[in-house]
Parts: sequence; C-alpha cells; structure tokens
Amino acid sequence: MEALVASAVGVMTAAGIYLILRLRTFPVVLGMSMLSYAVNIFLFATGRLAVNLPPILDHAGAATAGYTDPIPQALVLTAIVISFGMTAVVVMLALGAFIEAGDDLIDLDETEEAGQ
Amino acid sequence: MSPALIAALPFLGAALPALLIRTGRNNAALAAGVTTGLALLGLLLHLPAVLAGQVITAQFDWLPWLGLNANFMIDGLGMLFATLILGIGLLIILYARFYLSNQDPVGQFYTYLLLFQGAMVGIVLSDNILLLLIFWELTSLSSFLLIGYWKHLPEGRQGARMALTVTGLGGLSMIAGMLILGNIAGSYDISQILQAKAAIQASPLYLPALLLILGGAFTKSAQFPFHFWLPHAMAAPTPVSAYLHSATMVKAGLFLMARLWPVLSGTPEWFYIVATTGLITMLIAAKIAIFKDDMKALLAFSTVSHLGLITFLLGLGTKAGAIAAVFHIINHASFKAALFMSAGIVDHEAHTRDLKRLGGLRKLMPVTFVIATIATLSMAGIPLFNGFLSKEMMLEEASHTGWMGNPWLVPVLATVAALFSATYSFRFLAHGFFGPVRDDYPHKPHDPPVGMWLSPAFLTVLVLLIGVMPMTFAGPYVQMAASAVTGEALHLHPIKLWHGITPALMMSGMAVLGGLAILAGFKPLKAMWEATPRPEAKAIFDAIIAVFAALAEWFTAALHNGSMARYLTGFTIASVAAGFWAFAGGAFGPETREMLPVSPVAIAGWVMLVTASASVVAYHHNRILALVLISIVGLIVSICFIYLSAPDLALTQISVEVVTAVLMILALNFLPKHTQRGVGPMKHLFHIAVAGVTGLATGLLIYALMMRDFAFESMSAYHLANSHNLGGGDNVVNVILVDFRGYDTYGEVTVLGIAALVIFALTEALMSGTASKKLIAWRPDVARAGDKHPIMLLVGTRVMMPIALLVGVFIFLRGHNLPGGGFIAGLVVSIALVMQYMASGFAWTQARQKVYYHVLIGIGVLAAGITGIGAWFNGMPFLTSDFGYVKLFGLEPFEMATAAGFDLGVFLGVVGSVLLALGGLSRMARRAAVGDEPAQAHIIAEKPAARSGQAEGAHAFPPETNLPRRWAAARGYTSARQDDEKIKLPKVPKPKMPSVKKTKKKPTKGEGK
Repeated sequence: MEALVASAVGVMTAAGIYLILRLRTFPVVLGMSMLSYAVNIFLFATGRLAVNLPPILDHAGAATAGYTDPIPQALVLTAIVISFGMTAVVVMLALGAFIEAGDDLIDLDETEEAGQ
Repeated sequence: MSPALIAALPFLGAALPALLIRTGRNNAALAAGVTTGLALLGLLLHLPAVLAGQVITAQFDWLPWLGLNANFMIDGLGMLFATLILGIGLLIILYARFYLSNQDPVGQFYTYLLLFQGAMVGIVLSDNILLLLIFWELTSLSSFLLIGYWKHLPEGRQGARMALTVTGLGGLSMIAGMLILGNIAGSYDISQILQAKAAIQASPLYLPALLLILGGAFTKSAQFPFHFWLPHAMAAPTPVSAYLHSATMVKAGLFLMARLWPVLSGTPEWFYIVATTGLITMLIAAKIAIFKDDMKALLAFSTVSHLGLITFLLGLGTKAGAIAAVFHIINHASFKAALFMSAGIVDHEAHTRDLKRLGGLRKLMPVTFVIATIATLSMAGIPLFNGFLSKEMMLEEASHTGWMGNPWLVPVLATVAALFSATYSFRFLAHGFFGPVRDDYPHKPHDPPVGMWLSPAFLTVLVLLIGVMPMTFAGPYVQMAASAVTGEALHLHPIKLWHGITPALMMSGMAVLGGLAILAGFKPLKAMWEATPRPEAKAIFDAIIAVFAALAEWFTAALHNGSMARYLTGFTIASVAAGFWAFAGGAFGPETREMLPVSPVAIAGWVMLVTASASVVAYHHNRILALVLISIVGLIVSICFIYLSAPDLALTQISVEVVTAVLMILALNFLPKHTQRGVGPMKHLFHIAVAGVTGLATGLLIYALMMRDFAFESMSAYHLANSHNLGGGDNVVNVILVDFRGYDTYGEVTVLGIAALVIFALTEALMSGTASKKLIAWRPDVARAGDKHPIMLLVGTRVMMPIALLVGVFIFLRGHNLPGGGFIAGLVVSIALVMQYMASGFAWTQARQKVYYHVLIGIGVLAAGITGIGAWFNGMPFLTSDFGYVKLFGLEPFEMATAAGFDLGVFLGVVGSVLLALGGLSRMARRAAVGDEPAQAHIIAEKPAARSGQAEGAHAFPPETNLPRRWAAARGYTSARQDDEKIKLPKVPKPKMPSVKKTKKKPTKGEGK
C-alpha cells in the first residue's frame, strides 16, 4: 500500500511540476491543483497509513485497535480549503490578465519589461 | 512616574493630534502639549532623587533569552537629555502651532513629532542597548517623516531620503558594534556593560566595536565626513530643524558617546579617533558656515561645528572635558534652538531667509532682534552669555592638549575654529538685522504674534541666566550629568565668568577680534570662496546612490527576466537540491514498519489515478478534457482518503472538487479552450527531466518516511486522549480544528475570506474600465447550449435545495463527534446554492439572496472571534472552549460545546467565501452575455444616440440586461445593474418554495437551541 501511495504522490508531483512549467495560465493552474493533491497526500501520509482506523473515538471499549494520526488530517483539511481559495484567486488573476491583455501567456514579453 | 511610562507617553499620545485635528489645530497642539507636559512632569518628579545621585529604574523582561529586556533607567545623563527633549519639545509644540500654515497637515506634524519625541526619550532612558537600538532606529524613521513633512518639496524628499540613508547605515553599523560590546561584557544591559571597562578595553574586539559604534554616533551627530546630510535635512519646517537638528536628534550620537564614555574612553584609539574627528568637524563646518547665505544653512553648519566641539571634548577622555561637553550640550541646545526659531520667524515674516536679501530687521522686528542677538552672542562666545562659559572651558582644555607630541596644533586649530564661529555669528547678526532698512523684502516683515516668539524668548532668558549665574542655574544639572558620564561622583569646580587672564581667555579674545576682522573684509573673501572649486557632498552622495541603484537594477534584471517558467524551474531545482543536501547530511535508519497489504480496490484506484494524471499531462492542450481528467484525480484522492481512515478529508476533498470544477468551467467560458504549444523541444525535454526528478525524489522521500516509525513521540496521543475530556467531541480531527488548534483555523478562515474579497476586488476592477468594454464586446468562441436554463435541471435543483441544506445542517451538527463540521457543511451548502445559480441563472438567484456574501464572511469571522473572546469572561485564554450536556424534552441528552459557535463562524466564512468567489466569475459572464443580444443592449450601449427615439422602450431591455450605468441613466432605466443593486423583478413569478434566506437561517436556529 505504501508503495502505491508513494508512487502516486511521485506521479502527481511530476505531473504538477511539468504543468506549472508551461507558458499559459490554464495549465499552470491545473499544475498547481495537481501539486496540491500531491502535497496534501504527502502531508497526510506523514501520519503513516492506516486502514479502518478513523480518528473517531469509539467508547465501545476493547474492540478498538487504535486510531490513525489525527494531526496531519486536521492540517490537510484546512489545506484543502485554503488551496481552493488560492486556486480561485489564481484563476481570477489569469482571467483578468487574459481579458486585459488578450492572451494567456504568463511570461512578460520584451515590451512589457521595457515599459516597467 | 515609571521611566517606562515616561518613554511610552509620547507614543501613546501620538494618536491624539491625528484624531483631534478635525476639531481644529489648537486642540491638536494642545493634545501634543499636554502629552509632552505630562511626561516632563513625570520626569521632573524624579529630579530631586537623581540630583542626589540615585538611579531610577524600571525593568521588564521582554525577550530575556535574547538579552533584550525593556529596562529603563533615569540617571543624571538620561535626566539631562530627557529634560532637554521634553522641555524643548514643549516649546516647539507651541512655536509650531503658530509657524505652520492652514494648508499644512498639522495633525500629522504633531503625531510625527510625538513619535520622534518618544523614540528620543526611549534612547536616553534605555538601560539595555538592544532596546536603545530599537529606539535609535525609530528616531531615524520618525525624523525621515518629519524632514519630508512638506512632501511637495523635492528638497524635502531628497533631504529626508539622504538623512535616512546616512543615519540608517550608521544605525546598522552601530547594531554590529553594540552586539560585539554586549558579547564582550556578557550582558546587554547598559548598567552591566558600564561595569566591564577592563574586559572591554582588553578585548581584541575593542577596536572593531569602537569603530562600528562610532559609525553610528558620527552619522547621527553629523561628524565629518558624514556631516553632509544635516544641511540638506534643513528642508524640513523650521520647528523640525530647531528640534531635531539642533537640540535633540543630532545629540543622540553625543549621548551615545557620553553614555559609553566610561568603558570606551581613555584609550589612545578613542582620543585619536574621536577628538580628531571632532576637531576637524568643528573647523571645517565653521568655515563653511561663514559663507552660507541661507540663514538656516548657516545655522546648520554652525550646528555641525558645535557638535564637533562637543565630540572633541568627549574625545579628550578627561573629566574636565566631560564636564565641558555636558555644559556645552545644555548651552548649545538653548541658544541654537532659539536661533533656529528666530530664523523661522524671519522666514515666516519676510518670506525669505537669504542674508543677501535681508538686513535692517533690527528696526522692523525689535523683539525678534533682541532674541536673535542674545542667542547669537552666546554662539559667538561673548561674556555674560552661556556660550562663552563652555567655549572657554573647551579652549582651556584644548590649550593643554598635545596631538602626536605636538603641543601647538590643537590649541591653534581650536582657536581658529572659535574664530570662524565668531565670524559666522557676527555675520548672522550683521547681515540679517543691522544695516539699513530695505524696501525690497518679499514681504514686509514685522514681529510675529506672542505665541511664536515666546518659545525662543524663554530660551534666551535661560541663555542669560546661565551666562550670568552658571552655578545657580546649570551647576547642579552639569554636576549630575557629568557624574553620570564619568561614572563617578564628581565635585564640580565653580564655573566662573572671570578666572583671571588665562590662555583660554586670550584665545577667546583673539577669536572675537579675528571674527570681527574677517567680517569687515567679508566681500573679497566671499568672492574668493565662490571662486574656489570644492566637492559638493550631495553630488557625490547622489552618484554613489546612482551606482548602487544601477547595480541593483542590473542584478534584478539579470535574475528576473520575466519568464515565469524560469523562476519556477529555478525554484524547483533549488528545493530538490536542498532536499538532497539535507538528506545526505542526516542518518538514515532501517525500515521499521511492515507494508500494509495491497487490496484489489487500491490497485484499481492507483491505476485510475496514475492514468488520469498521465492523461492530464498528455492532453492538457485540450483544456476541457484536462479539466475532466483532473477531476478524476481529485475523486480518486477523495477515495484514497476514505480508504486510509480519513473520512473528514474525503468529505472535504470531494466537495472542494465540485466547487473547483465549477470555478474552472466558469473561467474556461472566457479562456481559450486549447493551449498552444510553447517551448522548444530542448527546453521541453529539460522541463520533463526536472518534473521527473522532482516527482521521483518526492515519491521516494514519502516512501522512506512511511516505512519508518516516528523518530520522536508524536503529540497525537495527547489529542486522542484528551479530545473527549477537554474538547467534548469524539471526532478528533474536528476537535483539533475548532479547539486544540482553533487559532490556526481562525486564521485560515480569515485568509479564505480575504481571498474571496481579493477576487471580488479583481472582479470590480474588471467590470469597470477597458476590461468592461472588452467583456461587452466579447463573443463566445464555442456554440452555446440551446437552453440556458433547462427545465429538468431547474426543477431538480430547486427540489434538491432544501434536502441539500438539511444535509448541510446535519453534517454541521454531527461534526464534533462524527465526520463533518463547519468546513464540510459550508462547502455542501455552497454547492447547493451554486447549483441554484447554475440552473436558474444569476439574476434569479441573486434577487432571492438577501444577505450579501461579504457580510456573511464578516459575520463568520466575527462569530468565530466572539466565541473565542467568550473564553475571556471565564478567565480562560482566547479560544478556550467549554462544553456541557443539554437535555431537551423528547430528545436524548446531547452535549453542546462552545466550539460549535466557532464552527458556525467557520461555516459562514466558507459559504460566504465560496459564493463570493464564484459569484464574481458569474457576474463577469453576465456582463459578457449582454453581447448575446446585439439587437438590444449591446448596440444601444455603444450608440445611445441612435436609439434615443425609443424612449418608451425601457421594456426593450430584458430585466437581466446589464448596461453601464450611464447608458441606463440616459434612458431613464433604473434597474440596469441588478447584479449590483437589489431590485424587484416584477415579471418573474415568485416560486412557492421558501426563499434562500429563510432556508439558510435554519442552521443558525438549530444551533441556538
């Protein structure tokens, strides 16, 4: 199981990095989403993996075999919501740039640079 | 009054003038005056004790492990300086009230002045060098504001910048020196450092520390070669010049030298660096001052010269030198502040302070003339005035000081400096006030109102009193301060006017006579001076700054060439390299965990995830397809969470997935649907390599991590053990969010709200200006769906709405004990509302939306904050939660935690943020949709005149049509911008289902019980 999760994190990271290195806004946004997935699972996995041990206290007693680590989960939960906020801001910036400039390239071209 | 409070008072009072200025200038000035007066009163109450040799202290541990303690003390030296700062501050506040004009922002002035005053008092009362450094930097900053107070004057701005650069650099150097000093002494408390003379002077780091500290002191006190900033700082209003540049700030450097005098002085290094610099400064600045035509420039260089004099005295390292230095600090502050204020009065009344254009003011401004004469004669060193006494003491010291074995050099140079000093003093008087009355003043001068001359008059009275009866009026003060400087109880020899014919008196006499002689032959000398080329400090300074600016620009341009991909590549490579470096440097233990068994479901999920990820990369050019594919990745990630015992995460992920997809679709509405290929093949391969290596490294790292147990005990056990007892909940993740780590969550909700407001602001910017025209002119690049609001979707979403809201409430309520909570419930409710927007259209939904989403965000953050503050009333820290069990009729007992209130805030914040963000995009889409009906709105919007005949055609606009306000107004059509304003839509029949608002209230009500 660990190998599957680790390789999935690796694949998503690679895909994310590849996409954020593109020259247009939309793939960069996609790449950031991919990276968010990868980073969230990475963080989550630092609590070590566990199956069927959710961190919901069970007062039934002896039946419980233990709980998985709740702290990374709490961290990742807010990270997911914040990453939505971040994606929304970036999307909006990309959209604004596209509407104002007429293209969705993320690099400054020569004239813009000279103008600043 | 505690010394700490004395230092804090001006800071506390600084807000008052800014607030009170709306009620008039008098109130602002009064507030500043009362603040300063209170601080002065508090200080003077300690005077008897300090005169008796006590040291008043107040100590607070601030960051003790850094050695930074908020320790304050009032000793003799601090008392002297604080009295000067607050006393002259009081006079300046009065003077400035009359000096500044109606057009000047007077409230700002007093606020800056009080900030500066507080910083200065802080310096002189600090008993900790790190604290002193903080105040030191504050004086640089607040003086920057004061010098640049007249923002419209380029000289003011440049002068302020120059002062900040020079004193700021000096401050940096001083920080280094102070740290070395504290390190040698083993403490950063001044009272401790002052005990460590032997250790400091024996240390090999003594010289570096001395040089660095003097770097700070010399720049602040404008000593050669850093003297050039002070005359340029004179672009400030005259009250500022009088206060900062004669009486207080420039004396901070002297204060520092005096403060550290017991441990730093007495070595040859000290003597040769400090005394020599002082002597050179005294000489050069006095010479320059002679030929300055601007009264303030003359006084500025004269100030530099007098600062040099005091530096020279401190540099001698003798007790008599220290006494003379302290005495001259008092005398110089009194006569120079009076002189600056006189120059200000002349400038204020005659509208010029150019000595070439003045003269004859003696008859026109008799009061000012008397004030200026007394102060000037004191500056020239004429008997009966206080300047004479301290200058005499200086000459006396100089007369028996040898320099490198040469007994003549110092006395001769000191006499020449005194001669120059007498010259410029006489010139100030002769060219400004004597001579015939002229008829070409820019403005007919006359004496100012009493309020303006009262302050300098008070100071000249002091000049006279000290000059005639020095032991009565200054003696105790001098003895007190000099004892503090030297660190031992001194017994002051009586300062007398007449000592008999001494070498000093002869030197003094020569200086006065020589000064008169030079003034007699001023014209040819001035012509010679004008003819000789000399280095212009400002040009040199500007050139140096230009070189550094060019260097910085080159460096920035070389690093930031505008290519985002390049930055990101650099960032990625650097991160991976740092990771490798860190990994290589640590120990790598053996695997300690068994791998979990792999189930077929997991393999299926893995295959889907990897395939989808690869497909996103492969097909990212087709954006809509890529969006579908990335949603698959998100879904598998949610499933992964639930499989791996994280139900909360799974719920959050899947709902975020939905809103993200909606967001992206809305954005894709405008963006191109295909990505063009960009980079060349080599770069492409390089990017693939970077991505591959990073992915591999990340994967291996997390694999290595997962296969090993925690190196240290995790704190999760604490949370698991106490979640029920302390937090009152069984869902540990939720309890961590709303209770254990509630502060983090609070911040996160706030950040989310800010992000939504940023989006709102961006939308507003795009909805106006050129972007708006582009939006109106925008045409969809793919075919629209035939039916805007398909009836099935419409009915389906409306039916589902209450159910979805109920689910939201359910998830919210159970969140404390079972998977759920504010975040997830907020997302679920947001999705239910977003579905309404999608199915029924923005206008329909918005018209039923009674609460603005901004308000919702605000209420959310407030609710969370108020819940947290509630803990204070129980005497607990912020965000401590409490819980109890509630029994309602007909229900099982259930527990209620105050954390639920916090979670409610989270819930509201999330709903508001998500909907505000998506609403922004939706509004843009509606603005663009105007173009869909070219026969109606679009053309009218472009050419209203062509359609103006159809005035009754208000109904030609469909109610949802969005027009710029001015077109709508021109046609008398008021409801054109219903996306911004609440409007009534008469044509749309009210549906029978409950309105959005009513339904949304439910969770709140449920919570209230």
